[in-house]
Amino acid sequence: MSDSTFSLWVYLSQTPLLWLVVTLGAYAVADRISQAFGRHPLCNPVLISVVTVAFVLWTTRTSYPVYFEGAKFVHFLLGPATVALAIPLYENRHVVLRSIVPMVAALVVGSATAIVSAVAVAKLFGMPYAVLVSLAPKSVTAPVGMGISEALGGDPALTAILIMLTGVIGSVMVTPLMNALRMKDWRARGFAVGLASHGIGTARAFQVNSLAGTFAGIAMGLNALVTALILPFVVKLLLE
Amino acid sequence: MIVGLTLILLCQLLGEVVTRGFGWPLPGPVLGMLFLLGFLSLRGRFARRRPEFGRGIDATGKGLLAHLSLLFVPASVGVIQRLDVLAEYGLGLAVALVVSTFVTLVVTVVVFVAVSRLTGASIESPEKRP
Repeated sequence: MSDSTFSLWVYLSQTPLLWLVVTLGAYAVADRISQAFGRHPLCNPVLISVVTVAFVLWTTRTSYPVYFEGAKFVHFLLGPATVALAIPLYENRHVVLRSIVPMVAALVVGSATAIVSAVAVAKLFGMPYAVLVSLAPKSVTAPVGMGISEALGGDPALTAILIMLTGVIGSVMVTPLMNALRMKDWRARGFAVGLASHGIGTARAFQVNSLAGTFAGIAMGLNALVTALILPFVVKLLLE
Repeated sequence: MIVGLTLILLCQLLGEVVTRGFGWPLPGPVLGMLFLLGFLSLRGRFARRRPEFGRGIDATGKGLLAHLSLLFVPASVGVIQRLDVLAEYGLGLAVALVVSTFVTLVVTVVVFVAVSRLTGASIESPEKRP
């Protein structure tokens, strides 16, 4: 590299500007691809964007912390977006209030299923305790899941990744699975994907139907609470 | 838009202060969502007398939610940091995640629909499936 290109690179890699543009650009392209394929489940915009950005980071030998310095501005908006879930929730409040009983039942059973099934399968593969505990809260929204994992002796960074993967797997799976099961109730479809796949599942649900998105958002919030409360006991029962 | 954004951020701030202050196992933004819900029902009560009160919040909030997927990209790229662990336990973790997500989706949706029918809270959506 010549001196001027090098100093340009030094400048760009030090400011948030470059990685902000890469993140938004990768998403804009991914969203177009997803639209062009009629929101086909396999064309998940999160998945396409992550692969694109990871490839750019790998070719430029950029480390993740350097990338995150720029991308954190996008990341920050997750908080306000979670708060904004109250808007569709309020608009659908009559349906939500009528669905309290099925929601509570699905929440308790689903939350326990999410933990026990993941730990049971991983145990068959003989994984160590730290990996099992990191895996257990994989259906919970990242900030809570990482906290749970750390408190029980897991690796929060690994938990974060397993959470992301669960989100993508669930949002790819949900539409074909629900159609195969002939589930036509948008409340139930949304609630299931929000519980199993937190915010990424909720984003998918909003792509398909706003009532499903609303119920996905509720399930995400409630599952975070229930998992935080029951996981320590479930882990004790299963692993000790 | 500025008023709407300020209100949303204020709800998040209050949520963070309360959850961290009391050490609750709940993310601050989720409690913030409940605060905003409280505000929206207050707004609903005053809607007849002050129809303009807090209207900006809808457009701002829906704008944020329209591209919810984008907001997960920065954190998800973090996968590249733990490729070694993924390689070591890759197969087992992949099977565990796929099986568990599948089972959780099926169990949750079936319980929801069954209880909904039992309690007479069921609805059939008129909209077409995608």
